[in-house]
Amino acid sequence: MTKLYVARNPRVAARSLDGEMMIMSGRDSTLFTLNKTATILWQSADGNTPLNEIVEQRICAEFAVEPVTALQDAESLARELANHEILKISEEPIAQGTLADGAQR
Amino acid sequence: MGTLTTEVARLSLVITIGGMPVRVNTTDPTFLTMLQDRYAGYVFSSGEAEIEFDVEIAAHSFADPDADVRVSQHDGRWTLERGDFRAEWEPSQRHGWIRQTANPYSIDAVLRIVHTLILARQGGFLLHSASAIRNGKAFLFAGVSEAGKTTISRLAPPDVTLLTDEISYVRKQNGGYFAYGTPFTGELAKLGENVSAPVSALYLLAKGSENRIDSVTPGEATRSLLANLLFFAEDEELVQATFHSAFEFVNRVPVSRLTFVPDQRVWELIR
Repeated sequence: MTKLYVARNPRVAARSLDGEMMIMSGRDSTLFTLNKTATILWQSADGNTPLNEIVEQRICAEFAVEPVTALQDAESLARELANHEILKISEEPIAQGTLADGAQR
Repeated sequence: MGTLTTEVARLSLVITIGGMPVRVNTTDPTFLTMLQDRYAGYVFSSGEAEIEFDVEIAAHSFADPDADVRVSQHDGRWTLERGDFRAEWEPSQRHGWIRQTANPYSIDAVLRIVHTLILARQGGFLLHSASAIRNGKAFLFAGVSEAGKTTISRLAPPDVTLLTDEISYVRKQNGGYFAYGTPFTGELAKLGENVSAPVSALYLLAKGSENRIDSVTPGEATRSLLANLLFFAEDEELVQATFHSAFEFVNRVPVSRLTFVPDQRVWELIR
């Protein structure tokens, strides 16, 4: 099975407020509010940790959910966030140079 | 032998909104008079300016009048375009030009855009909201069209100084936020007073069957603030700056929901 790697797009602005993660696209100013699962995914998206490990170690640990189902859901979510250019997705680890998250506070 | 050129008199005035003087140069006396009328209370005939615009008056519209506004930056030069105007502005030179027909609406749009760009770098913003000063404190009333911005402005008692019924000017100053009067009007069609005061509260407007103030979560406050910000630029750095400015504002200024019936008693809650 192919591993997927996810990384935060440094070109978005992100901020957590009372546990609620808000992200604004620098491209078109669209505002996104992430739910808990998406927030975990965003926070864990370091470009080096495979998605299946994020799901096993962070999402399944937080929510009572089957790993297979959780991975499917997480992959679907990651692709949706990638469509909005919030995350980057790759089948290879994503280089640190593209991960500068100066916009995140 | 007669001269081959004729010297054209350059006319100018300074429009100061939010404490930011902008000089406008034109060779058209009719346009100058139009600006003096449009920005009454905000116009000064002389004085230093932070920015200077040369306005070239075109005889006819030169593009699709319904085209959306586009604001972009390249190599430090901003380009502002809409169907009825084209402008460029170079902040490092404090200078720009505007090409438009002789109407007050095009330059009005240019001024709004330029002020949003300046404010974004300073932690401030223009906001879709009415604003007013009472007892030395400024109050903002934010909402989309029909939310009640003009209504609450009309209901203001005599001791209230109206800053605007449509677009509020918020500057970050001295560790706090100040609201300034603006000439940007809504249905009230009345220019705000050209004065300022520290912002005491932001109210998110809602119409209802009673007057009351309810708390909102920080998340809702931030989302509502962001939804009502005026911002035009296709510029990632400024988008990010504006995003973070909204959080800073919500951290410092109380934000509540103000539900009101359309009568003057709502102002008993605003003090």
